[in-house]
Amino acid sequence: MRRSRREFLQAGSGAGVLALAAAAGLVRPGEAFAQQWNKAAFETKSFADTLKALGGSGSTESAQIQITAPDIAENGAVVPITIESAIPRTQTIAILIEKNPNTLSANFDIPDGTDPFVTTRVKMAETSNIYAVVKADGKYFHAAKEIKVTLGGCGG
Amino acid sequence: MADPMRIRANMAGDKVEVRVLMSHEMETGQRKDASGAIVPAHFIQNVTVTHAGKTVLSAQWGTSISKNPFVHFRFKGGKPGEKVTISWVDNKGERRTDEVVIGGG
Amino acid sequence: MPFHRLLAGMLAAAVPCVCMAQQDTQKEVERYRQLLAEGNPADLFEARGEELWKAPRGPKQTSLEQCDLGLGPGVVKGAFAHLPRYFADTDRVQDLESRLVTCRVTLQGFKPEDAAKNPFSAPGRASDLEALASFVAGQSRGMKLDAPLRHPKEIEAFQIGEQLFYRRAGPHDFACVSCHGENGKRIRLQDLPKLTDPGDARKIFTSWPAYRVSQGTVRTMQHRLYDCYWQMRHPQMDYASEASIALEVFMAKYASGGEISAPGLKR
Repeated sequence: MRRSRREFLQAGSGAGVLALAAAAGLVRPGEAFAQQWNKAAFETKSFADTLKALGGSGSTESAQIQITAPDIAENGAVVPITIESAIPRTQTIAILIEKNPNTLSANFDIPDGTDPFVTTRVKMAETSNIYAVVKADGKYFHAAKEIKVTLGGCGG
Repeated sequence: MADPMRIRANMAGDKVEVRVLMSHEMETGQRKDASGAIVPAHFIQNVTVTHAGKTVLSAQWGTSISKNPFVHFRFKGGKPGEKVTISWVDNKGERRTDEVVIGGG
Repeated sequence: MPFHRLLAGMLAAAVPCVCMAQQDTQKEVERYRQLLAEGNPADLFEARGEELWKAPRGPKQTSLEQCDLGLGPGVVKGAFAHLPRYFADTDRVQDLESRLVTCRVTLQGFKPEDAAKNPFSAPGRASDLEALASFVAGQSRGMKLDAPLRHPKEIEAFQIGEQLFYRRAGPHDFACVSCHGENGKRIRLQDLPKLTDPGDARKIFTSWPAYRVSQGTVRTMQHRLYDCYWQMRHPQMDYASEASIALEVFMAKYASGGEISAPGLKR
C-alpha cells in the first residue's frame, strides 16, 4: 500500500514520527522532545510479561519494599500509593496493577541522591493486587498488596 | 496550553521534599463519550524533574495514572532559594514546564 | 440463668462482631481519604479561579475584581462564610454561584444565559464557574460559617427550603429527609449526614465545593443539589434557581458555626 509522505507522518505513532524526524536530523539525540517511552511495556497484560518488557528475567519477593496504600479504595479512579525501597542501589521503581487492562502503570527512575521513595495515585479497574517492582543493582525485586475497590454510594 | 502545575518544594532535614499536582485529563482511550464514540487516549508519558542541571527524578507513565496526577518524592542536594524544574510531555506531544523555588524547612 | 438473659447476652456478644467489621471498613475508608489529603487537585481549580477572577472578560472586557459578594465590592476574603444572604441590588437572596453569575452580567456585560452557561464541567470542557467558586470558597477557608437569617426574604427562603427538604415527591416518593433525616445512615460505603443535626451539618455543608475523585473535577453545592434531585428522580434542579438557594439557606442554618474546609476532597 503506497502512502503519501504526509499520510505516513500523520499515521505514524509518536515513536515512528520521532524516529523519522531523528533520522532526518530534525531532532538531536537527548533532546527532551525525543524522550523514550517503553510502548511495549505499557501494553503487557500480566506481571510476568510486564517484568520481561521492563528487562527483567525474574524477580524476587522482598520485604524491603514497603507499599503504603489503603486496604479499601473508596473510588477506583484515584488510589493513593506510596512505595519505599530499602534495597541498596535502587535504580527504578515500577507500579504494576494486576487486574488493569494494561498492567504497567508507571516506571520511575531514581538517580543517585534521590530517595527510593515515591507517592502517586493510580486508577484501578477493580479489586486487584498492586505490585511494586524495584530494579536494584541490575536485579529485580517485588512486593505486593491487595487493594479492594468498592462501589460507591451517592457520592458526597 | 495546559494549566500550570502546583508545586511545593520544602526542606525536610537535608533533603528537598517535592509535592506536585499536574493538571491533565489522563484519558485512558477506553472511555466512550455521549455519542458512543471512543475518546482517544490523552495522557502524560514522560515526567522529568531537574535541579541545578541534574535530573533528580524521571518517569514513564501509562494511562492508569489518575487524572490530575500527584507525585511526592525527596532528593538530596538542594537548598532553600534554589529552583526545581518539572516538565511533562504527553502522547500528543503537548508539554508543560513549571518551576518552584525551594522553601525553608 | 433465665433464658432471655442468656439470649440477650449472646446477642450482645454477636452484635459487636458485626459492628466491628463495619467500623474497620469505615476506618479504612477514613485512611483512604487521609492519604489523599496531602495533594488536593482542588488546588488547581482554585488557582484557575483566581486567574479568572482577575481576567478582563465579556463584552465589557472587565475583571470580576469589583464583584460584591456581600462584604462590599472586591472583598473576597470571608465572603463565602456569609453566604447565602440577601442582596439589595438584586432584591433577592443569593448564594455564591448565583452571585458570580450576577457579577458576570453587571460587571462583564454577559447576557444572563451566557453568564450561567456551562456551570458544571465535563471531560475536556472546563467550567469557569466551577473554578471561580473554588477560588472564592477557598478564600474563606478556616472561617466559621455565619450566613445571616434576619432579612424577611432570608427568613422566607429558609421556610421554602424547609418545605422542600421535607416534602416527599416524585416516582420514589422521596425527599431530602429520606436520606438526610436520620443519624447513622449510609448508602453502600457512603455515610449520609443528617443535615438537620448541627453535629453533621457543620462538618459536611462547609466542605463544599469539593474535588470529587469520581467526577475528576470540583463539584459545587449547586451540583450537589442538581445531583440529589436527579438521584431522587425529581424534576431537574435548575442552576442557581430560587429553590436551590432556599435549600442552601435551610442547610446553612444548621451548619452555622461550622469551620469552612472548602474546597474539600470527596469520593
